[in-house]
Order: sequence, then structure tokens, then C-alpha cells
Amino acid sequence: MATATITTARGTGSVRLAHGTDWLTVCERGLLTPGRGVAVLLPDGDQAAVFMDRAGQVYAIGNRDPFTGAYVLSRGLLGSAGGRPFVASPLLKQRFDLATGVCLDDEEVSVPVFTVRAD
Amino acid sequence: MPEPTFEPRTTAASNTTPNTQAQTAVPTIVVVGHGMVGQRFLESLAERGLTPAAGGARVVVLCEEPRPAYDRVRLTSYFAGQSPEDLSLVEPDFMARHGIELYVGDPATAVDRAGRTVTARSGAVFPYDTLVLATGSYPFVPPVPGKDARGCFVYRTIEDLLAIEEYAKGAATGAVVGGGLLGLEAAGALKGLGLATHVVEFAPRLMPVQVDEGGGAALLRTIQDMGLTVHTGVGTQEVTAGEDGAVTGMSLSDGSSLAVDLVVFSAGVRPRDQLARECGLAVGERGGIVVDEECRTSDPAVFAIGECALTADGRVYGLVAPGYDMARTAAEVVAGGRAAFTGADLSTKLKLLGVDVASFGDAHGAAEGSLDVVYSDARAGVYKKLVMGPDGTLLGGVLVGDAEQYGTLRPLTGSVLPVAPEQLVLPAGSGGGPVALGPGALPDEAVICSCHNVTKGAICEHTTLPEVKKCTKAGTGCGSCLKVIGQLMPPPEDSGLCGCFPYSRSELYEIVRTLEVTSFAGLLDSHGREEARGGDGCEVCKPTVGSVIASLAPTVGASGYVLDGEQAALQDTNDHFLANLQRNGSYSIVPRIPGGEITPEKLIVIGEVARDFGLYTKITGGQRIDLFGARVDQLPLIWARLVDAGFESGHAYGKSLRTVKSCVGQTWCRYGVQDSVRMAIDLELRYRGLRSPHKLKSAVSGCARECAEARGKDFGIIATAQGWNLYVGGNGGATPRHADLLAQDLSDAELVRLIDRFLMFYIRTADRLERTSAWLERIDGGLDHVRDVVVHDSLGLCEELERLMADHVAGYRDEWAETINDPERLRRFVTFVNAPDAPDPSVRFIPERDQIKPDLELLSGPVLAVRTLEGTAS
Ligand code: SRM
Ligand SMILES: Cc1cc2nc3c(=O)[nH]c(=O)nc-3n(C[C@H](O)[C@H](O)[C@H](O)COP(=O)(O)OP(=O)(O)OC[C@H]3O[C@@H](n4cnc5c(N)ncnc54)[C@H](O)[C@@H]3O)c2cc1C
Ligand code: SF4
Ligand code: FES
Repeated sequence: MATATITTARGTGSVRLAHGTDWLTVCERGLLTPGRGVAVLLPDGDQAAVFMDRAGQVYAIGNRDPFTGAYVLSRGLLGSAGGRPFVASPLLKQRFDLATGVCLDDEEVSVPVFTVRAD
Repeated sequence: MPEPTFEPRTTAASNTTPNTQAQTAVPTIVVVGHGMVGQRFLESLAERGLTPAAGGARVVVLCEEPRPAYDRVRLTSYFAGQSPEDLSLVEPDFMARHGIELYVGDPATAVDRAGRTVTARSGAVFPYDTLVLATGSYPFVPPVPGKDARGCFVYRTIEDLLAIEEYAKGAATGAVVGGGLLGLEAAGALKGLGLATHVVEFAPRLMPVQVDEGGGAALLRTIQDMGLTVHTGVGTQEVTAGEDGAVTGMSLSDGSSLAVDLVVFSAGVRPRDQLARECGLAVGERGGIVVDEECRTSDPAVFAIGECALTADGRVYGLVAPGYDMARTAAEVVAGGRAAFTGADLSTKLKLLGVDVASFGDAHGAAEGSLDVVYSDARAGVYKKLVMGPDGTLLGGVLVGDAEQYGTLRPLTGSVLPVAPEQLVLPAGSGGGPVALGPGALPDEAVICSCHNVTKGAICEHTTLPEVKKCTKAGTGCGSCLKVIGQLMPPPEDSGLCGCFPYSRSELYEIVRTLEVTSFAGLLDSHGREEARGGDGCEVCKPTVGSVIASLAPTVGASGYVLDGEQAALQDTNDHFLANLQRNGSYSIVPRIPGGEITPEKLIVIGEVARDFGLYTKITGGQRIDLFGARVDQLPLIWARLVDAGFESGHAYGKSLRTVKSCVGQTWCRYGVQDSVRMAIDLELRYRGLRSPHKLKSAVSGCARECAEARGKDFGIIATAQGWNLYVGGNGGATPRHADLLAQDLSDAELVRLIDRFLMFYIRTADRLERTSAWLERIDGGLDHVRDVVVHDSLGLCEELERLMADHVAGYRDEWAETINDPERLRRFVTFVNAPDAPDPSVRFIPERDQIKPDLELLSGPVLAVRTLEGTAS
């Protein structure tokens, strides 16, 4: 019988996102599920998608899927390729590098990246 | 498919009128008979550039049957659901592409050799420079009294089968006269049509031509076990008919009589040489158009090929492979080359009624000094004999019940075996045998595909089976060589699921099942590719493994709720929110409506919920109702109302059972013979929630009119007067496929048991996102193999498959009821983690036809154009 070895460093602190000159508090770190994302409403009405990978690392990119215009990237599946984390859009499955925002299936396209901090 | 027509009709563009055209500028080749060999001859002409399109001859084909050439060898598969179109041997544009004139339903009636013309039944006259007779054979009907009674048939053409099928509807018992290869095939077909079936064979054993006494005994045993009644060593004396002229029975030479409603004569075939006789060509004493090694008749301008020819070695061949050889030979000679047909080997491998039977080379040990090495187990219905020459060469053999080694032994005929012969016939597990004699042992010149005369060397120039089939035609005849060809192909580079796992989905299934894996991360770290271990997996393997764990949840001890713990991170967004994501980020909701049956009260609830939440409603193609336009945060509120009214998840979002459609059936419909609605509901409730490699669809029709379109489903059920017929592997979608008959006249319990096994076997062995249709086409042995496994339990798996399904059924719980009753599980249903009460501003709608539709204007930002509904960029 294999056993789960999820090595998440689950801190108790909060996740914060750089927005303009401020840090916007997103949520408690414990609310994030490794391998999935959540959507964040930004003060200017825009949206971000925040993810935590299996190792407990947190990433944030824009929530809007540039291929369809829908605000859905937070609902995509997280994966890693060559050690780099990505999210696959739940609509038409294009993948976006979580660290750079660049689309892995079409390098012309990218989404914004936000600086995040998770204590 | 052209309709039967007695007007001369050309399927290719031709601006010449045959009757008026006195002399042709280019030479004209007229082919009489468009059967298997006739078609092969046309293909050979085309390969040699001898067709009009290539600037060669004018080519005219007279075809007696109402359809172009089809695969007569696979004729019986019509009863297994292959349509006449499926059996066609002619690519739809073949005639047009090559400029060949094909006259369907217009046979040749006379040949004028002096004037070099052929007259067709329509009256058209065709001048020829070269005439090719490919008229095949006709079934021999012994001259017994009553042979022409209504209900007597032969078994040669698609039309024969259609007539038998129609007549069998009003019949209960049938008899086949003749226990040879074709007779047994016909008997299997009658049994499949639901008739109690007798086989009457004059010789003392079945298949006297192909197998010897021992083989006949093993075959008899197995065939009797299948419920056929076999009478050997007796002749048919008379067919008796009632006052209405319809068959009532037959009397046999031993004084006994049989009460039967239908008789099929299968007492051998005779070459169709009448046309040749009438125009004075030489024919053999016992029939057959005499030809020389070049396939030329006594008139050098006339060739004869296929079953109608009496070849240079003094035989008439009743098999397709020698016919194909003759077609090639004649085409080569017509093209001005050199070729000869000097004889062919009579090896055959068949699957008769599910029993493997093969004979090859000198099967009867006729050669001087030959000795037999025999293994026989009549109880198991296995008989194997190898005929060895005095010097240790393999001369031939007979294999009954287990013809595994046919593919390698046949090409070794004539050579000294690399191992002791007894080692090759002993069953597995008995000390010392059998030795797996792989195709690697074969020399390059060994002929692997005898239908198309393709050697091992030629096959090994290619690396994939489709390529071999395309370039050499090997494997496209009887198919008995496919297994060996498969073994000759290099293994595919990497059959891994994705960049994370080196295993296929079915291999991962086995790993999860046997090691009782319940964690994706654990599986990735233990069985993932080196470089992927410790990582996050990807969008391909996560849902796949999630689905496998969910299919096996009760068995491996994982949570049955697909969103518990780590499983939550594996699911595609649809599974994650238990709803289908739509183009604007909203979700659709499909409650289960089993069998399509719904009460007025429930309809009202759906209406009220849709109205209260402002959802768009539509009747789906799956006999249920879809509610569109819900925001993530509305899903639990909507479902609370639906669950309260007795609805449950319809799993429209999952790779799992969708719907079991039904027709009204016996209860209301004047034609119905079973309660199709009840069965559909029972099946839908049994298999609901079952996670599978792709979605699963089903339908139940109350009679053969098939109003529920069951044959377009992964498993479809059609009622019969005796019970249920089960069809599998149907598909609508992009590559439609009609389902194949798996078993018939099943009781309720038998039906459910077979479906249990079928589905679990599919779940276990299919690839990711492979519907049952594609799976059935891909797996080794296809439908026959699946039938062996799930009906005959050839792998001894059935008990386990049934247990897995029982576990699933017992463990089923409605995902939505579980979700709305658990605050922890409800937490995910917010649009924004930092503003749980804020609705998603990007999900907006505009009115259309009294309902709503997504406001796509809103989504198309400055970055990239979005395709609007009208298809123009905005
Ligand atoms: C709602 C519905 C159309 C409708 O308005 O009637 C529908 C809607 C979708 N179909 Fe379908 N199919 C619907 C009946 C069918 C049918 C008819 C049937 O089931 O009798 C077929 C052909 C039968 C078949 O599957 O063999 C059908 C063949 C497909 C296919 C092609 C499958 C294939 O094997 O080629 C896809 C694509 C896929 O699954 O990969 C597909 C995929 C889809 C998806 C899931 C596309 C997607 O991923 O978003 C659509 C989801 C809409 C949504 O979110 O609700 N849908 N789809 C029907 C839902 C039936 C139900 O009650 O569950
Ligand atoms: C049920 C069944 C199962 C078989 N299984 C096997 C098997 O497993 N292996 C194997 O090797 N062989 C098998 N055979 C035999 C195989 O089908 C034949 O060897 C093959 O079809 C011979 O091809 P052919 O073109 O010579 O004759 P056919 O395919 O019979 O074609 C002759 C055509 O000529 C037409 N014709 C006749 N006279 C005229 C005319 N005057 N004008 C125009 N057209 C005319 C006929 O209508 C017919 O369409 C099977 C046959 C049957 C019936
Ligand atoms: S399939 Fe048969 S029973 Fe069902 S509705 Fe159609 S005609 Fe009636
Ligand atoms: S031997 Fe018949 S297809 Fe190859």
C-alpha cells in the first residue's frame, strides 16, 4: 500500500499579493489546496488567480484566460513540466507558466504575474 | 451503395455509349464477375497503370450482384452487426478514380469469341481485346426431393443472408446440410438467429476436408457443447413441405427425420463455368474453366481467375488466397510481364463458432514415410497434430481448439523445426512444453500473410501495423496473420500516459488496483518518471489517476467522494465543482432523470428552480434537462432545492455514466416486447457515478424498431421476444459507429451480469479518453476477444469484474447530497476567496428568445479577439 507524502509546509500565516504600492491580503494560507487555485477580486475590479503547488510554493497570475476571455484560470489544474509549475486553462487547456505568465503552447501570449508573499 | 438496377449503369464518367462504339482505339479489358477476385484483379491492373485514368486500357466490369465486390470471407459478420457497406471491398471513389466502368446488376449472358464481344443481360454489347472471367462458384444443392420448398436457402451472397434473416423471424428450428467449413459457419449463424440448429454431414466427421479424424472429434465435442445438434455419417434424403409449400422437415438416410422450418444447403460449391462452356472454352470433366499457368483459357484472349478456374495443377481452389494469386498473375500477364500460378497451399485458419481451427500443408499426412506427432484432449476440445517428414521437416498439421501456433508453424512448413515437434503441441504447464516459437525464429522468406503472399522480410521493412497493411496489404485478408505481424513490429517507443508517467492508463489501473494506491502524489513518487517525481503531475495524469482511483475507490479503500482530501486537486474543473464549465465561466446543471422518465412534480421543480435563479433551460440530446448560466456560488443553493425534490447528480460533468435513454416500450407502444423504460431506469441507477476512461452512454429500445437508438451507445440494449440483445461499442460523435452484438436473448439477470463484466473490463483496459468504440477497435482480437473474456470467461476474470461492480454499486452515494450537507465541502463554492459574497462581475447575461445567453462582449478584452457566436472576430 502506497502512502501519501504531501510535503506541504502549511504555515498558519496569510497570503498577500502586491497590488500597486499595497499588499492585499488574500486569505489564510490554510485555505489553499495544494495543486489548485482560488480567484481573488482586486480593488480595481480586476481578478487574480492564486495557486499553491505541492511543495507549498505560492504563485499568482491574472485570472483571465486570454484565449476565451473568461475569468477562469483559477479553476484550472496545476502541473509541473521540467520542474516549472504551470496551470492548464479549464476551457481549452492552454498551459501558462506560473512564474512568468507565458503560455507554454503559444509563446506570443502571456498573462500578468503578481508578486505574492505567503508567510 | 448503388441500388439494384438492370439498366446498364456506369459509376465512372464515360462519354462513350458501349453499344454503338464499334471499335475501340485503346484496348478494352472486359471483366465478368465483380467478386473478391475480380476486384483484386482491378486493383492489380491499377497498380500496373493499366486503367483508363492512367492512360491504359478501357476497363469494363459486369457485376451480377446488386452491389460491388464485398468481403465474402467475412460474410457471416453481417449477423454480428456489420452492414453490407462495412463489408465492401471497394473504396467509394475507386472506380471513378481509375476511370473503370462498372455495371452493377448487369451480368454477362453470352460471349462471342469470334467477334470478341460480350453481351450483358441489359442487351448492351461490349467489344473486348482481353476478357477476364471471374465468375466464382455457385453453391451445390444436392438433387433431393423438396429442395426448392419455401424455406430452403444457400449461403453465398449478402442477398442470401438477408433472405435467411427474414425467414428466420418466423422459424424456430433450422438445419444445415453439410458440415464443412461453410456449413458450420452457416450453422453458427442460424444459432445466432435464435434457431435450434441441426448440422447434417454425410462424411463420418465434421470438416472432412480440413481436419482428420482426431480433429473432427475435438471439433464435434466443442460444437455439441454449444448446443448444436450434429448428425454425421447420414445423408439428406428429402425435404418435406407442408401444404403451403413451406419446409416442415427433412428425412435422413438412417431412416430418422427432423422437424425443421428452415434448411440451408452447404454441400460444397461448383465453379460457374456455364458462360465459358457455352462459348466453347475448354472446361474440366468435373467443372472449372481450364487455364494454364498464366491463367489463360483455351482462347488466348480469355483469362479465368478465382474459383471458376481449373488451374494448371489440376485443381479448383475454393479459397480466396489462391484466387488473389491468380488475379495478380493475370494482371501481370495482361500488362505484358511474366507470371505464373502453379498452385497454392490450402492452409486455413478459421474461428468457427468461436473455436479455432487451422490446417496447413500436408494436413492428412499423405506423404510417403511421414509420421504424426499428436496431442489430443477431447475433454478440453483441443487437438493438435504435426505431420513430420522422415528427415524431420514439418510437412503440415491440424490444430483444433487452440490454433495459437498457426501463425508461426505455417511459414515453417517445409523446413526442419528448431525444436522437437512434441514440444510444440504439448499444452502449457506440462513439463517441457510448449516452447514459445516466436516469429523471430522464422527466416526472412517465410510467407507470413498467405492471403497476400507477403514475406517476413517484406513486413519487417515497416515499423507499424497500419503501415504494413497499407504498403503490403498483409493482414487485410482473413486476418489470421495479424498476430504474428504484431509480434514482428518493434515495440512502440514509449506508451507512457504523459511526461510524468511511463505507464499507460491501463497499466496504471493495474498498479493502483494491486498496490491499493489511494494517493496521486504517492503514485507519482513511486511510479512516475524519474524527472517528474516530487513534482505536481500535469493536467493529463491528474484527472486520469483521479478517475482510476475513483473507479476502484471501494476496492482499494479510497474515499468514494471524488473531492475528498488529495483527490480534490486531481479533478478537472467540471468534477471539481460537480458541474459543467461554460464558455463564459458559468456552469450548467444536469440533474439525473433516469431513463428519461419524470413526474410532473419534478418537472415543476426544475421549472421553478430555473425561474428563481434565472437559468437558461434546454432539453438535451440525452433525454434530460440542462440548466445553464449558474455562478459557482449559486451551485449549492440550486442543488439544495433539487436534492430536496429528490433529484441527484446527473454526472454530466464526469467521465462516467451519462444517460440510459429509453423508448416507451411495451407499456405504451403497440410494438414493444419488453419494458424498456424499467430496464433503462434499473441500468441507469446501477451504473450511475461509475468513473470510467471516457463518458459512458446507453439506451434501451423496446423492440427492433430501435427508437432509443441503442446501437449508437457504448452499451445498447434492444428487446427481443425472448429477452434482451446486448450491443456494445456504439458511438455517435465525430466518428460514429454502430454497436456490435455481444450476446442475445438474455434474461434480466444475464444482461446485467454481462454489462457489469463488460464495463469493468473496459475500465480496466482502455486508454485515457478512449470510448468503448475506439477501445473495441484497438484491442487485440477486438469484439471476439471481448466476448471471450466477458461471456466465456477466457481469462478467468469474470468473478473479479463482477465483484468490482458490486463494490461500486454498494458504495454509490450522491455527490451533490454529500456536498450540500457538509460545510467543509461547501467552502470551495465561492467565486472569490477574499470576497465570498461578491458575485463574479464577468459572468453576465443578455436576453434572447425569452431566456438568457452569455454576454460575450464583456469577455472580449483588448488583449485578444474572441470568436463571437456569429463567428466574426470582435
Ligand atoms: C448538453 C448536450 C447537448 C444538448 O444540448 O443536447 C451536450 C453537450 C456537450 N457535449 Fe455532447 N452533449 C449532449 C449529448 C450528446 C450526444 C447525444 C446523446 O448522448 O445521445 C452525443 C453523441 C453520442 C455519443 O456521445 O456517442 C454527444 C457527443 C459529444 C462528444 C463526442 C464524443 C465522441 O465520442 O466523439 C463530445 C466531446 C467529448 O466528449 O470529447 C461532447 C461534449 C460535450 C460537452 C461536454 C463539451 C464540453 O466539454 O463542454 C458539452 C457540454 C455542455 C454542457 O456543459 O452542458 N459531446 N453529446 C447533450 C447532453 C446530454 C445529456 O443529457 O447528458
Ligand atoms: C460464407 C463464406 C465463408 C468463406 N470463408 C472463407 C475463408 O475463411 N477463407 C477463404 O479463403 N475463403 C473463404 N470463402 C471462399 C471465398 O469467399 C471465395 O474463395 C472467394 O470469394 C472467391 O472469389 P471469386 O471472385 O472467385 O468469386 P466470388 O467472390 O463468388 O465472385 C464471383 C462473382 O461473379 C459474379 N458472376 C457470376 N457469373 C457472372 C456473370 N455471368 N456476369 C457477371 N457476374 C457474374 C457472381 O455473382 C459473384 O459476385 C468463403 C465463402 C463463403 C460463402
Ligand atoms: S423501439 Fe419499438 S417498442 Fe420502443 S417505441 Fe420504438 S417501436 Fe415502440
Ligand atoms: S493470412 Fe489472411 S490476411 Fe494475412
